[in-house]
Amino acid sequence: MTRPTVELRPAHEPPGHRHRPWAEALLRPQFLALAAVLLVNWLLFPGFFTITWQDGRLFGSLIDVLNRGAPVAILAIGMTAVIATKGVDLSVGAVMAIAGAVAASMVVAGWPAGLAVLAALAVGLVCGLWNGVLVTVLQIQPIIATLVLMVAGRGLAQLVTEGSIVTFSDPLLIFIGTGSVLGLPTPVVIALSLMLCATLLVRRTALGLLIEAVGVNRSAARFAGIRASALLLLVYAFAGLCAAIAGLIVTGDIRGADANNAGLWLELDAILAVVIGGTSLLGGRFSIPMSVVGAMIIQAMNTGILISGFSPEFNLVVKSGVIIVILVLQSPMAASILQKRRIKGGRA
Amino acid sequence: MNRSLRPLLATATIFVLAYILAVAQFPGMLSTRVLGNFLTDNAFLGIAAVGMTFVILSGGIDLSVGAVIGFTTVLIAALVMWVGLHPLAAFGIALIVAAAFGAAMGAAIHYLQVPSFIVTLAGMFLARGAASVLSPDSIGIKHEFYTAISKSYILLPGGGRLTVIGMIMLAVFAVGILLAHRTRFGSNVYALGGSESSAALMGVPVARTTVLIYMLSSTLAGLAGVVFSLYTSAGYSLSALGVELDAIAAVVIGGTLLTGGYGLVAGTFIGVMLQGLVQTYIVFDGTLSSWWTKIVIGGLLFMFILLQRLVFTATPRRRKLAWKT
Amino acid sequence: MQATEGVPVLDARGIVKVFGQHTALGGVDFDLRAGEVHALLGENGAGKSTLIKILTGAYQPDGGTVLLDGAPVSFRDPLQAQGYGIGTVYQEVNLLPNRSVAENLFLGRQPTRFGLVRRREIESRARTLLADYGLEIDVRAELSEYSVAVQQIVAIARAVELSGKVLVLDEPTASLDRNEVQRLFDVVRNLKARGLGIIFITHFLDQVFELSDRVTILRNGRKIATQPLAGLSTADVVRMMLGKDVSLDHHVTGIADAARGATRVTFRDLGRTGSVAPITLSVHEGEVVGVAGLLGSGRTEVARLMFGVDAADSGEILVDGAPVTIRNPAQAVAAGFGFCPEDRKIDGIFGDLSVRENIIIALQAKLGWFRALNREDQVELAGRYAEALDIRAANHDMPVKLLSGGNQQKVILARWLALDPNFLILDEPTRGIDVGAHAEIVRTINRLREEGLALFVISSELDEVVAYSNRVVVMRDREMVAELTGAAVAPDSIVQAIAGVPAVEVAQ
Repeated sequence: MTRPTVELRPAHEPPGHRHRPWAEALLRPQFLALAAVLLVNWLLFPGFFTITWQDGRLFGSLIDVLNRGAPVAILAIGMTAVIATKGVDLSVGAVMAIAGAVAASMVVAGWPAGLAVLAALAVGLVCGLWNGVLVTVLQIQPIIATLVLMVAGRGLAQLVTEGSIVTFSDPLLIFIGTGSVLGLPTPVVIALSLMLCATLLVRRTALGLLIEAVGVNRSAARFAGIRASALLLLVYAFAGLCAAIAGLIVTGDIRGADANNAGLWLELDAILAVVIGGTSLLGGRFSIPMSVVGAMIIQAMNTGILISGFSPEFNLVVKSGVIIVILVLQSPMAASILQKRRIKGGRA
Repeated sequence: MNRSLRPLLATATIFVLAYILAVAQFPGMLSTRVLGNFLTDNAFLGIAAVGMTFVILSGGIDLSVGAVIGFTTVLIAALVMWVGLHPLAAFGIALIVAAAFGAAMGAAIHYLQVPSFIVTLAGMFLARGAASVLSPDSIGIKHEFYTAISKSYILLPGGGRLTVIGMIMLAVFAVGILLAHRTRFGSNVYALGGSESSAALMGVPVARTTVLIYMLSSTLAGLAGVVFSLYTSAGYSLSALGVELDAIAAVVIGGTLLTGGYGLVAGTFIGVMLQGLVQTYIVFDGTLSSWWTKIVIGGLLFMFILLQRLVFTATPRRRKLAWKT
Repeated sequence: MQATEGVPVLDARGIVKVFGQHTALGGVDFDLRAGEVHALLGENGAGKSTLIKILTGAYQPDGGTVLLDGAPVSFRDPLQAQGYGIGTVYQEVNLLPNRSVAENLFLGRQPTRFGLVRRREIESRARTLLADYGLEIDVRAELSEYSVAVQQIVAIARAVELSGKVLVLDEPTASLDRNEVQRLFDVVRNLKARGLGIIFITHFLDQVFELSDRVTILRNGRKIATQPLAGLSTADVVRMMLGKDVSLDHHVTGIADAARGATRVTFRDLGRTGSVAPITLSVHEGEVVGVAGLLGSGRTEVARLMFGVDAADSGEILVDGAPVTIRNPAQAVAAGFGFCPEDRKIDGIFGDLSVRENIIIALQAKLGWFRALNREDQVELAGRYAEALDIRAANHDMPVKLLSGGNQQKVILARWLALDPNFLILDEPTRGIDVGAHAEIVRTINRLREEGLALFVISSELDEVVAYSNRVVVMRDREMVAELTGAAVAPDSIVQAIAGVPAVEVAQ
């Protein structure tokens, strides 16, 4: 079967249809929110935007936001794809702990660091595949399927570390957590490259469109001949891989694998980042870069709370406030109120 | 046989077998002393799990349970140690705050039409955050009432102690069983879990029931906080970390369907006891490490989720028609 | 068995209901007398479910009035309608499968003492209540343990208990066997004798004749007739349901004789137990095989088997003479099949995706993950097919859900044409779309046939089937009962085949 030959002609688009997409994108509420949070931080701490060059790398609060926000941003990249298929992955925090535990234990046991890193990534991939199999083959709801690993995962991580915090001095792992590349902290470089690669992967191939199609309407996707199961496996495996990368960073950062606390609650931060980034929990349209922006908003708030002298836990209160605001704004009730007002405005 | 009883029967069998094996290995585990400790050590988990059972039966989930326990311990400690209230008054206030908190979450779930996990997630952040804002550090409670409570217990034959908090848990289970199986509210909870649209068509007050369910869950989490506070004589914002997961596991292992509609409160009791058994076994063994608890619980959780899929996806065997001729 | 004359218990006048640009009901009258069974007939999209939803309070009408016992009423929701005396029993029993029979009967009104439900009393009352309906069952058992027939009767018992004036039975017999249907009918006759007004919706015409006193037939949101059944024949009813009596005005004579090409696809003994009896059928290049049959006759099920949506458990499929395996839609697409499903919203469109993406999605799925159509290809493809099919959209980047039903249908058609298919299945392609788009789709089908495509088109509009089919396959009771060719491709012979006049008389 040949498909109709497509003559490549310059796309004739109506004038004024795609004018200055960047300007438009920058006016999205997420960027405005990020700007507002940064502004507040600057008001609280006038040196907030100061960036200095020291010992061959950049320093400053802004860099710190990027650096601290990197693990959640990486989790959010994987989580975005999962949520776009109308799923959710609650196990990523636990997978971080497992991956960190595997890498740390291996280098301590004398394995080459490169192998340890690869093993950690492989373990993350396997964890993701496990979730994917539960969701596709056994057809268990995602929230329930990933709950299993969320419960057992920390136990597995402790099993690997034998209950202690495994500390190490391996330069490669430490470099992943705290090093710098071209003046930027390694975690930032990893997060940015992952974001670029993932975005390119989903947008340059058909993956993005097919994921969205499955998330929008699973039944129609089946009728259109899309093999959703393979796609779902891929998506959960990718989320597991992202979790492993984030786990390596966190482990390298504290130079030790803490099975109890590594990645604790970060799955929730990642979900929040994705939702702030505008991907609906009901699946469908997604944007990986916007999820990363969401992660940055969360981290900027975090940093703001820290520098204004509140206890770090105060952050949780603010986060819950953010969730509530988003939920109210996205609720059908708000939509109907807005619509009514628009109709009224139109009549007036 | 009633389908909802099958997973429960499996749990009960596993519990009995596991207990027999454990006793065969450590005869010391067969004593009222160990049984009494079972109840005392797992009281807060059991109480929270009763509330979680109602939430899961209705088709929802409550991730805020552990955080509410933590918040309650801090609030009680602050009220007793800083304000100087009598613990009983502090308990009352804490329960009212928890109830209001749960009602607000229930209302948000119903009126904003958001999945319960995301609302209770916000609730979890809020409760943990509020607790640490009250006091980031642990507050020890010194009060004669606490001392008196910890000294009161019923001596069981064989030297076991049925403590006050153990009794509270048993009472909560008894009330929970009545509430689930013998009241209109209980019927409405099962109805929501069976089919929300059918329930609404049949006249179940969906909004009120939803609010009440989450109110009940948070109130019981608050009560679990009271018990935790009595158990540890302290208030700490990070206490009961992850208890929501243990509670969910207890409910599911106890035979309640995670998607709602099927299950028994009594099953949750066995689920809690099975978790207690795993922990006690590990303590008795001495060579096994504590993390095995989590792994075993995760394994059991997985097993029961699988079991539920098998039991509930298989089309039920229809009864032969009994036409009156 | 003439129903009592006089003031109707329920009287709907000039009911109008509009969804967006689509008029679901355009001024329909309907009246129900006490002590009668009134059948409501119509194909999908005729407006019968909309009418029922208005009568039972699930929808509010945009025009017209509903009178109950002569007084105008308006219902906020089904619960309120129930309170006024109108109870409904749906095909997919709207009870709680996870609760006991007794609880299903008394939920929301359980007697209590000290706040505790009096279970014994509920159970004994449930037993007494069901005994009236000829049921002796363990009322403590879960509802889902009983057959659908028992569940239906429990639902009826509950509805009658709570309401007691009007009972709406929406396809109650769809999944019952013959014996169960008789049981149900006994119950209904009993209730009729007690003076209830009963609205009976079904797609089994023999059941309509067996049980009902009067019938109201809807088509395309309009009432065609309300008549006593005495004096009507099955063929009369089918004719009223499926189309105008004047038949041949679209019929392009000679379609059947036109040279058709080689055999494209052959289905040999394709069937699935409990769904469709094995069917053998070939479709040729440049040929349209029309499928006629009432709702529930198995026509959609055949299409689903052909496309691998449901896996067949017997038979084989040959494409251009070579056997192919089709166990899922992806394999069907690989074999060069396309399928426009009946329910566009659920199985067809990706509402939030753009018109362009909706058009290229099947092609993209076939190309695989890594051979992505770039934006220019997509724009070009979408533009070409949108132009060819005259899809009217402000631009192709807008979400497809904003388009009208007819344009959405064309988008799905475009999706398959972009694949250059061998064989295209259209299930009710003109359902729920406006008259203009309707005519265009019929024209498109004819054009595709002329271009050499093999098509299998299911329709419940006889004029339409006749207007494009070379051959017509008639389905009844999940079985292919006739294959009409040549001059027999005419509304009258199709009606007779559907109504069950022996096929020998019909085929030529």
